[in-house]
Parts: sequence; C-alpha cells; structure tokens
Amino acid sequence: MINGNLKADYGADERVLNNRNKQLFVYGSMLLLALFPLFADDYAVLMACKMGILLIAVVGINVLTGYTGLVSLGHGAFVAIGAYSTVIFSNLFSGLPAGILPIIVVPLAILVSALVGIIVGLPSLRVKGLYLAVATLAASFIVKFLIEQDLFAPWTGGIVGIDTPVPNLLGWELDTKREMYVLITALAVGTMLAAQNLFRTRVGRAFIAIRDRDYSAEILGISLLRYKLMSFAISAGYCGLSGALGAYFFARILPEQFGLDLSLELVAALIVGGMGRTLGPLFGVVVVLLVPEMIKITMSGATGGSLEWARYTAPLQEIVFGLLLVFFLLKEPLGINQITDRILRSANRWPFARG
Amino acid sequence: MLSVSDLHLSFGGIKALQGVNFEAKEGEITGVIGPNGAGKTSLFNAISGFYAPDKGKVHFDGEDITGITPDKRASLGMARTFQNIALFRGMTVLDNIKLGGHTRLNTGLFSAFKYFGSARKEELELRRDIEERVIDLLEIDHIRKYPITMLSYGLQKRVELARALAMRPRVLLLDEPVAGMNREETADMARFILDVQEQFGTTILLVEHDMHMVMDICSHIVVLNFGQQIASGTPAKVSKNPAVIEAYLGAAA
Ligand SMILES: Nc1ncnc2c1ncn2[C@@H]1O[C@H](COP(=O)(O)OP(=O)(O)OP(=O)(O)O)[C@@H](O)[C@H]1O
Ligand SMILES: [Mg+2]
Repeated sequence: MINGNLKADYGADERVLNNRNKQLFVYGSMLLLALFPLFADDYAVLMACKMGILLIAVVGINVLTGYTGLVSLGHGAFVAIGAYSTVIFSNLFSGLPAGILPIIVVPLAILVSALVGIIVGLPSLRVKGLYLAVATLAASFIVKFLIEQDLFAPWTGGIVGIDTPVPNLLGWELDTKREMYVLITALAVGTMLAAQNLFRTRVGRAFIAIRDRDYSAEILGISLLRYKLMSFAISAGYCGLSGALGAYFFARILPEQFGLDLSLELVAALIVGGMGRTLGPLFGVVVVLLVPEMIKITMSGATGGSLEWARYTAPLQEIVFGLLLVFFLLKEPLGINQITDRILRSANRWPFARG
Repeated sequence: MLSVSDLHLSFGGIKALQGVNFEAKEGEITGVIGPNGAGKTSLFNAISGFYAPDKGKVHFDGEDITGITPDKRASLGMARTFQNIALFRGMTVLDNIKLGGHTRLNTGLFSAFKYFGSARKEELELRRDIEERVIDLLEIDHIRKYPITMLSYGLQKRVELARALAMRPRVLLLDEPVAGMNREETADMARFILDVQEQFGTTILLVEHDMHMVMDICSHIVVLNFGQQIASGTPAKVSKNPAVIEAYLGAAA
C-alpha cells in the first residue's frame, strides 16, 4: 500500500460539497433565498411559497420513487392527510395555547401520514411497477372518498372543505404570505438537507440497493420489509408536512385539491427534475409551477386578457404544458439535473476542455 | 459450522438437489464441484435462503436456519458472491463495498437525517475499516472511486468479494469466483481467498470448475451430479473416486 495515504482524512474525502462550484451554488442560493422576501413582490412571494410546499412533497416522493424504485401514483393522499390532520388536530386541541399548537399539531400530522404510508406501502412487498402504482392509486381514492363522506363532515368539512387555522409559533402569528415564506423556506431547505443526509448513511444506501438489485440487497442483510416500508413512511411523512404547510398557507382546504392531479403533479415534477438526484425535485417543481404560469401570462398577453378568449386558451395552456413535458422527456429522460451536471462538469474543466 | 442435511429441492419436474449432506468445517475451505447443471448454484441458493428446500435442513453454527430470510442469514454472518456478478452497477466501487457494512452499522432513521454526530462517526469508522481491512487486502485502492461499469470482468469479481468481506462474514459462499478469468487473475484470486481464510479465519464454501484451483486450496470436496451427492472427502480421495471420474468423463463425452 501507499504509505503516504496512511493518514488520509476520510472526513474530507466524504464531503458532499467537494468543489468550489458546488459550494458557490449552494451558499449563493441560500443567500438569495434569505434576501428574496426583501425585494420580491407579492406575486413572487406567493409563487415561492407554493413551490416550497410542493417541493417538500416531491423531495419525499424522490426518496420512494427516485431512490428506492417504488412507483406511487397516490401520494396526493398523504398531502391530504397532512393537511386535514393539521386542521382536525388544531380544532381538537384548541384549548392549548395558540403559540405551541403548531409545534404539537404538525409532528402529529406527519406521524399520521407516515403511519398511513406504511399501510399503503404493504403491497410493495408483493408487487412492483405498474401493479404497485395502481395499488397506491386505489389507496388515494379511498382516502379522498373518506374525507368527502358526510359521516366525517363535522371534522373534515366534507365536500365543501373546511377553514384552516393561522399558525402561531410561540406568539409569532404568521398571518401574511411573507411570514409564511420564511417558515416554508426554512422547512423546505431543512427537509432537503435531511433527505440528502440519508444517502450518506446506511439507510439511504439500503434504499438505492433495493432499487438497483433487490436480491443483492437481501444478501447483504438489508431487510426488504423494513426498508421498503421505511421508504414509504419517509415519503408519506414528507408529503404530510407539505400538506400541513398547505393547510396553514391556504385559507381553506377542499378534497378536490388533493386528487389524482396532485399525485401526478408530484411524479411529473420528479421526472422532469431528475429522479434519484438531490436537486431533481427543486428543478422539477420550478418547471411544473412556473412554466404553466408563464404560458398563462404569455397567452393572456396575446389575447389582450379578454375573458371571451380565456375559455379557449385555458385548456390550450394545459395542452401546451403537456406537450412540453413529453418533448422534454424524449429529449432529456434523466431530467434537468442531467443538464446541470453537464454544465457543471464543463465549468469544472474550464478552460482546459469542453464537453 | 455450516451443514446441510438431506437437502431436496426441485423446480417443477427438475430435481435440482436430491439428498445433499455435508458440513463445512470452521476455518476450512470446502469445495463443491460437479458438471454444469449439477445443482451447485441451487445448493447455494438454498443455503443463502433464496429457495426453500422441499425437504432437509440447513444448520449454521448449530442453529436451524432453514426457514429464515436471506437478510437474517446475512446478519448471522453469512456472505456470498454470485456466479453472474450481482454488483450495484450504478454505484462506485466504494459505495458497493460500503453496502457490505450494512449489518454491522447501527445508524437509524433519525440519526441518518441529522448525519452530523453519531451517523458521521460511524460512517467514517466504516470507511477506515473498509480501506484498511478490505481494499488493501484485495489491492483495489486504485479503483475505489470508479463506477462498476468501467471495470474489467476480473476486477468486478474482486469487488464483489470485497463487498462480501466488508460484512466480516463467518461463512463465505463463493460461486465460481474465477470463471472467465485468465491465468494471472485466477492465481491472484486464489491467493486472495487463501489470505481471507488465513487472516480472518473465515469458513469458505467454494463452487468452481477450475479443478487445479479446487484441488489446490480446498481441504474437503463435495461432488454433485444431477442433484445427487456422488462423493465427498479430501481432494486426493475424491479425485480417485470412480463415480467422480465417470461423471466428469460422461459430461465431457
Ligand atoms: N430458478 C430455476 N427454475 C427452474 N429450474 C432451475 C432454476 N434454477 C436452477 N434450475 C435447474 O436446476 C438444475 C441445477 O442448476 P444449477 O444452476 O444449480 O446448476 P449448477 O451446478 O450451478 O450449474 P453451472 O455449473 O452451470 O453453474 C439445472 O437443471 C437448472 O436448469
Ligand atoms: Mg451455477
């Protein structure tokens, strides 16, 4: 062996931000996020909040689908469970001081989502791929069906929805979107870091092993039962947090906000951004939320904002967005993260070589 | 250490194993040989828990493990390599080997989320252990950051052995570790296997078609043919056994 390496510092070798460009990107983005509410207008803050909420859910589904290789078309249901749990528990514990309520309610909402996630994940021990996707889809229909039932309407508000509480963190009432931005951004960054950390340890490695070759994982002592269900619990818990923030952010929640559309949006964002990559969900969420918005603005500009025309342009927006997604997947099936990888790689080599 | 008794296994009409009995003695290398389709890999699959035998038992360290799942057998100290390499192709050599450490680590979900603190300490300790105990031994320090797909077949086999060694196994099952290797690579691999036995005292079960290697490094040999155990004993005894000679000549003819 090479004796010069005897005292190699493995800690330095295991760093995630192992080059200047990555450090610059991450620390620069954090600074930008912190300064954002100081100069952004209300509309920009609103969009950023929506992105942060969706991002947390997509980070969750990335753990399940991107890293563990289990496809779900029903994760909208866990966002629903998180949102409704937040409202229900807040009403249930309304006797508690307002300032500590969210600190109790949100972890509970996450816990409920994660537990339901484990139950919904049970079929993954038997079936894979399309069959699992259909099983999760069915589970999400059941959740939505239950929320809409008149029987539970006293708690859920039924089909007409229910008003949501204003969060109060130890006396700080977050009653403006700008204040919510601070909370949402802090949690979005924190949850992304936490998810990234998983993959520096045996837990995340086990997920990837199951995705890549499940019998090899088993032979190394990885329990498929334990880790598949853990992956479901994590992803459902993340979606639950996303739902809880959604409940605080919007004045009212309705069952139809958490239907198949949302489940598909989560998966679409993940695929577009890049599955099984740390920043994939971020890129995906930006595209899935900003591009339709941009199409809308362009179209209403083109038609002079006439309501008459909007009847025709509204469905057209969705078609344009759909075509864009299809085009994108054909051109770049590994997502935007693949494009940024290429850019970073050539930046690292600059000025010596290109490509 | 590891023993099978009266093991029977069939796939539909095919009788892959018909009454296999032997014991792999602690710290020794036991060879399993036989013509193609004799049932060697099926035997490994039954021992490591992928196939449930129709009849018979597998004992590990005196304990009956016939009914438990592969991952539990791994936790007890059983490691294995596959005839057709089963590495994680998307990962680097280092990440593959780290996966071998899974059962020895304790990091749970919440310390994993945090990373800094106990998880980091454990990870760095794992890294050091792998570097010093496995990567040095198998002489693969020059490729530790390479993705598997960039490696030659021979090196992939070596990395698979490395991953198994990271488990610190008490029993190691090797399914044709030198198949498809040239003479030099074969000699290297034989040396590594002997090093493992010597340094760690690992009990080794070896399936191999390379007779020179088997005769050289095994202290005990089990011969299978059409799922039946036709002989067992020392290399010298087995190589003179008429039934064994018949099976190999018959297969060659
Ligand atoms: N999963 C399976 N399903 C059906 N038949 C199988 C299966 N696995 C093995 N067999 C059959 O069992 C018999 C023994 O196969 P096995 O792979 O154990 O042989 P082997 O001794 O490892 O051969 P080789 O030297 O070619 O690796 C063969 O006839 C094979 O076709
Ligand atoms: Mg075989």
